[in-house]
Amino acid sequence: MSATLQPVATVAPRRFGGPLAGAWSHPVTRVGAVLTLAVLVLSLVGPALAPHATTDFVGPPFSPPIEGAPLGTDYLGRDVLTGVLNGGRSLLWMAFASTALGVGAGVLLGMVAGYARGLLDDVIMRCLDVLYAFPYIVLVLLFVSLLGSPAWLIVLLVAIGWVPGVARTTRGITLEVCTREFVEAAEVLGTPRRTILRREVLPNLTTPLLVEFALRLTWAVGVIAGLSFLGYGVQPPASDWGLMINENRNGLAVNPWGVLAPIGCIAAFAIGTNLLADGIGRTLAGTDRAVGRP
Amino acid sequence: MSRVEVEGLRVELARSGTPLVDDVSFSIAGGEILGLVGESGSGKTTIGSALLGFARRGARIAGGRVRIDGTDLLALAPRELARRRGRLVAYIPQDPTAALNPALRVRRQLDETLAVHAPRLGRSARAERIAAGLEEVGLPADAAFLARYPHQLSGGQQQRVTIAMAFLLRPQVVVLDEPTTGLDVTTQQRVLRTVRALCSVHDVAALYVTHDLSVIAGLGHRVLVAYAGRIVEEGPCEALFARPAHPYTRRLVAALPDIAEARRLTAIPGRAPAPGAWPPGCPYAPRCEHAIERCASPPPLVATAPGHAARCVRLHELPDPEPPPLLVVPEPDTAAPILRVSGLEAAYAGRRVLHGVDLELRPHECLALVGESGSGKTTLARSIIGLVGDWQGRIEYAGAPLPASVRERPAAVRRELQFIFQSPYNSLNPRRTIGDSIALGIQQFFGARGRGARQRVADALDAVSLPPAYAGRFPDQLSGGERQRASIARALACEPRVLICDEITSALDVSVQAAIIELLAQLRRERGLALLFVTHDLALVRTIADRVMVLHEGRVVDAGTTAGVLDGSEQAYTRRLLADTPSLPHPGREPLPVKTP
Repeated sequence: MSATLQPVATVAPRRFGGPLAGAWSHPVTRVGAVLTLAVLVLSLVGPALAPHATTDFVGPPFSPPIEGAPLGTDYLGRDVLTGVLNGGRSLLWMAFASTALGVGAGVLLGMVAGYARGLLDDVIMRCLDVLYAFPYIVLVLLFVSLLGSPAWLIVLLVAIGWVPGVARTTRGITLEVCTREFVEAAEVLGTPRRTILRREVLPNLTTPLLVEFALRLTWAVGVIAGLSFLGYGVQPPASDWGLMINENRNGLAVNPWGVLAPIGCIAAFAIGTNLLADGIGRTLAGTDRAVGRP
Repeated sequence: MSRVEVEGLRVELARSGTPLVDDVSFSIAGGEILGLVGESGSGKTTIGSALLGFARRGARIAGGRVRIDGTDLLALAPRELARRRGRLVAYIPQDPTAALNPALRVRRQLDETLAVHAPRLGRSARAERIAAGLEEVGLPADAAFLARYPHQLSGGQQQRVTIAMAFLLRPQVVVLDEPTTGLDVTTQQRVLRTVRALCSVHDVAALYVTHDLSVIAGLGHRVLVAYAGRIVEEGPCEALFARPAHPYTRRLVAALPDIAEARRLTAIPGRAPAPGAWPPGCPYAPRCEHAIERCASPPPLVATAPGHAARCVRLHELPDPEPPPLLVVPEPDTAAPILRVSGLEAAYAGRRVLHGVDLELRPHECLALVGESGSGKTTLARSIIGLVGDWQGRIEYAGAPLPASVRERPAAVRRELQFIFQSPYNSLNPRRTIGDSIALGIQQFFGARGRGARQRVADALDAVSLPPAYAGRFPDQLSGGERQRASIARALACEPRVLICDEITSALDVSVQAAIIELLAQLRRERGLALLFVTHDLALVRTIADRVMVLHEGRVVDAGTTAGVLDGSEQAYTRRLLADTPSLPHPGREPLPVKTP
């Protein structure tokens, strides 16, 4: 870019309701929010609404929708609807916890590496490269097969898996942000490095990090559901969407709801969080802020 | 018949129908250069691209006619338009680095244009045309040069390649959109001379879009002045700048620093209306000191002389403008220097860029540091503030030597030495309010929080004439000039004794620049600030500085009082810089060198 910027047209001061208010005007964001919220509410209040207990047998195995079981029964004759209503809670909290942990750690490491540069940068990034080089799913399977599959271990393993990628992204953006003059303006005042990272750098990372968070959340749901499907994770007789897909796949031809309902929930959540991230990201990046927009 | 005829052009936002440009008519003859002058947001670039039959994304050409050699561009189908564009009309962009494909060698770059628009030419014929084209713009056409990539060329060479590319197809018209903005004055002068020669040799009509009045004064035959999407004045170059008719043009000329005399710069109050907020009558009326009731209806185009006309109902009633007052040159200050640099050697990216630079800044004085890009002026300023830690030599502040890096310096020094950055678009954190940005220094140096800090923020905003409510705004709600004021407020909040200003007006419009310069002069008077003013603009130096230092390739080649250096320098380099600096014509002075191709 040339040294002399083409100044933007003088615009009348616009109302500022935060970037989130701007994002809300996109249909994409609204659809995403509705989908995400629907799945969250379903998994939170679902257990209270379930018509049966998770261990109740309400009919023969794999029976199609019948009276009292609107989505039919599963491989043991339990109500599919009850399973779906109960099966999201563990999956979603594990996904949220692991993503928050992994993205948090990754952001911290990436920001420090990008701001410090030099030796510290090299040490942090090379260590993460080693972790990156390891086939991730093999690593997870190795640990759960050795240590069993308590929830905290799965959360921790998924979180660790997210750190190198997030750190890499964060470091890249931090490098870019640190060349901007407002960071130097804070340096000139002798502002402590911690304060610079918190006040000047972090707020400028929120856009890509929100997108990153939503993306990782989607993947975490996939990985955790996948582990349940493989038998690591939530153990029967507890309800879990991933587990349900595995248990009921033999009856796909007889009562497809046993598989389709949990898949639908997972898909709705994944698409919803992605659309939400997309909408917010677009607004923050300003790519969709045409001159004529109110 | 004119080569180009534009009639009643209207460009509007596709979604809302808000006009960006309205009722624009002009014509250009073959071989003529028409200047289109305006500040940011005036619609000048939109008019320029409409000449190519193009409107940027989100906008559309909604009405009017653009005729080139009798062909109405706007009536052509998109495919036909694209096919004929290079031959009818060519475009020379502002930023050649963005216009040239970084992955293509010069030969490919030029050859592609010919291959697409002149498919009947054979390979050797194309090579001949390319060689001739490069020769015309003063570039070598040997194999070594043709094999270079854009990044292996200097900025001036890159711009010449884009000019060669535009003239390759012998277009009827070229549109030049601020093609010299990023270039040094000497390079700029060379590029302008090339453009002028090519237009007259090949009988090409040119529309030269720029914000810089002095560039067009030396280059164009006629000028249009754009304001809020309309043409407010048009006329022959000399007449228009010598006797500007429209109140806006008058203020614009008065805001331009003059290299010959130190006159007070006067800013234009208020800001230009945004598209959609145009007043119904004269667009300039809300800011005009001469506005009366009649200005509320659209003003007609009133002629003042043959070929010179302006849109103002009071044109013949206006008093003759008085030249702005001359500034009094103050007595040289003899106090002990507050800042002293001796034998400074600094490296940037492994390359030595400063060679034994000495500098003294006395309290209350303004020292201008002048140089072209690559002269080391910014590195010098950044070494003094401590952002460049890799230097040898000695920097003393108030008698005590300073450590290299800003972090090793005592808090008192960090508070009293403040730095203002070049770009108002980059120096404020976009995610924090103006008040937050200003408060950072206050919290650190005065430990003030809560109400105490808010009071100091309000005081700092007041000192730069911004309302206190701006503390709650975000940078993107401010105009460029307001942002630069906010940056100055951030420095002032620390109660500094020395301000280092690094090209702080280079991204601003002239009328806004005038306001910032006026503000700095006022702060110097009221607070006794010492200024180290880094710039490439010699005309600005005349207005603001007491003393000047000229930097060339990392060495001080000239130094002295402003009048001494600008009027009677012995140094060849300084004299060349002075000769190449474009300026408005002055009665009784020699015409500018670029006028005689």
